[in-house]
Amino acid sequence: MEKLLQVNNLSVSFDTYGGEVQAVRGVSFDVHKGETLAIVGESGSGKSVTTKALMRLIPQPPGRIKEGEILFEDKDLAKLSEKQMEKIRGKDISMIFQDPMTSLNPTMKIGNQIMEGLIKHQKMGRAQAKKRAIELMELVGLPDAANRVDQYPHQFSGGQRQRVVVAIALACNPKLLIADEPTTALDVTIQAQILELMKDIQKKTDSSIIFITHDLGVVANVADRVAVMYAGKIVEIGTVDEIFYNPKHPYTWGLLGSMPSLDSADEDLYAIPGTPPDLIAPPKGDAFAARNDYAMKIDFEQQPPMFKVSDTHYAATWLLHEHAPDVEPPATIQRRMQGFAQEAELKTKGDRS
Amino acid sequence: MARYITKRLIYMLLTLIIIATFSFFLMKMLPGTPLTMEDKLSEAQKEIILEKYGLNDPVPIQYLKYMGGLAVGDLGISFQFDNREVTDIIMDRIGPSMQLGAQALIIGTIIGMLLGLVAAIYHNGFLDYSSTFVAVIGKSIPSFIFAGLLQYFIALKLGWFPVALWGTWQHTVLPTVALAMFPIAIAARFMRTEMLEVLGSDFIQTARAKGVNKFGVVFKHGVRNALIPLVTVMGPLAVALMTGTLVIEKIFAVPGIGEQFVTSITTNDFPIIMGTTLFFSFFFIFIILVIDLLYGLIDPRIRLAEGEK
Repeated sequence: MEKLLQVNNLSVSFDTYGGEVQAVRGVSFDVHKGETLAIVGESGSGKSVTTKALMRLIPQPPGRIKEGEILFEDKDLAKLSEKQMEKIRGKDISMIFQDPMTSLNPTMKIGNQIMEGLIKHQKMGRAQAKKRAIELMELVGLPDAANRVDQYPHQFSGGQRQRVVVAIALACNPKLLIADEPTTALDVTIQAQILELMKDIQKKTDSSIIFITHDLGVVANVADRVAVMYAGKIVEIGTVDEIFYNPKHPYTWGLLGSMPSLDSADEDLYAIPGTPPDLIAPPKGDAFAARNDYAMKIDFEQQPPMFKVSDTHYAATWLLHEHAPDVEPPATIQRRMQGFAQEAELKTKGDRS
Repeated sequence: MARYITKRLIYMLLTLIIIATFSFFLMKMLPGTPLTMEDKLSEAQKEIILEKYGLNDPVPIQYLKYMGGLAVGDLGISFQFDNREVTDIIMDRIGPSMQLGAQALIIGTIIGMLLGLVAAIYHNGFLDYSSTFVAVIGKSIPSFIFAGLLQYFIALKLGWFPVALWGTWQHTVLPTVALAMFPIAIAARFMRTEMLEVLGSDFIQTARAKGVNKFGVVFKHGVRNALIPLVTVMGPLAVALMTGTLVIEKIFAVPGIGEQFVTSITTNDFPIIMGTTLFFSFFFIFIILVIDLLYGLIDPRIRLAEGEK
């Protein structure tokens, strides 16, 4: 598949009074055309910072891209000027934000907010842009668009507002859509609708999506590939099946184990012990070592490289080293993995019948 | 909308009646009569005059008489200036005060907003500190110091504008500048704080993610959302500025209403005290109504529910 985006060794830091916070520490990944890459990880793991850095939306100062390349269609976004970036934002890459209640301008009509990008990037006149805005509102499933285009955000419900945010992001048919926890602030039924909408639109427009979430249920639903982030690094990356059925990193085990499911009602929900490290002074070895039941001596001394599991599956854990002892994932995780496999099997059977 | 405004006007009227009542009785509690300072009059002569103006009646009767006059728009006749109607005196004097106040308010708000905007955009930079410095100076140094400095340097040394008195527009420049320092400071401080908050909000990020440039982000998305608190503080300030300022009017020898008001209190000129108080109150309540309507104009969320349907 053709690469749309290639991120090489990206590091982002924030200069604070307490010192340099290394929010993202050497992240590399690709996004192919038409695929959905999910980035998962707990709060503060650097998911949002990574994607905001892609669009150069990190407030500078205090933030800065320390090193690395962001290759998007042969351009290194990390080196473009602000003026050049303005031409890419909203046109080639656009973003859907987490909280629809705050991500729309409360004093501007919905239509004008959708039209802004069209007028800027596609050089449309106001009348034409408005027509297109109404089309977009219909596309994202907002009824009575012709009238609602002149309303203000407070006249829309949370789910409707998120549809508007999606419409804004889609306005100029971006090649890459970054969705930063687009369903976190919504209730579950609306979540499902927005996810369906995004999948639907991706099918129609063949755009690539980077989907940030900490909800693994959502990941299983939308993603083609998954990158697991921890303490500013990608610790494991692979296809959805590889991450769910054959996770290799103890942190991924922990994440999968701490995901509630219908049949886990009678067992205790697993929680990863401890807290994430302080990124002002990240630990010397594997950042996850202190919370890792399977940590070895080397985990505290040296950062593990990305070990190859398959062509698409890589994980940064010393457990994959040839001299490492064979370690099986904990029993609960194994049960989980079997559960996922069964579900998947049931689903495929169901699809066939 | 029309219904809302009518309702507000009725409330205004009620408020004014309450204010008139309170000020009337408070004023009557002041010691002395308008004739206290008149040593040349004998007691008998004073009696005749007090009788003539109805000042010997019991206070409740005086109150009813006054309110009766008020109902038909009669504010009474001044004691200080023989046979001059209070309305005339106020109208005579309010002009210069209003003009100075309005000029200072408009200039002050515009300059202050720009300073605040620049400060917010270049947060923690040189321009931010300079603008904050101007704001601190404007807020902490009283206007009469500026007045004196302006008179000395601009008027006396440079001779660009007249030192004092009233007449042409040139006469208004220095008092306007002296008065504008305070609104500049207030507007700059509020604009800076609000703008910083607005620029940090999520919808600004949405706008940037659309590719809107810095200018568009600040002016199209930022300013309008930062205006509400500014309008809230500028309203009462507008009243304070436009109803006359004793000090500035004295220093620049402006025939404004500020001085008139103070003199009327020291001389127990009851009709003038009442007239001016009621005028100021009316103006204040009116400005509050204007501010409420402005809120709706700025922020659609505050617009009246009936307008939505």
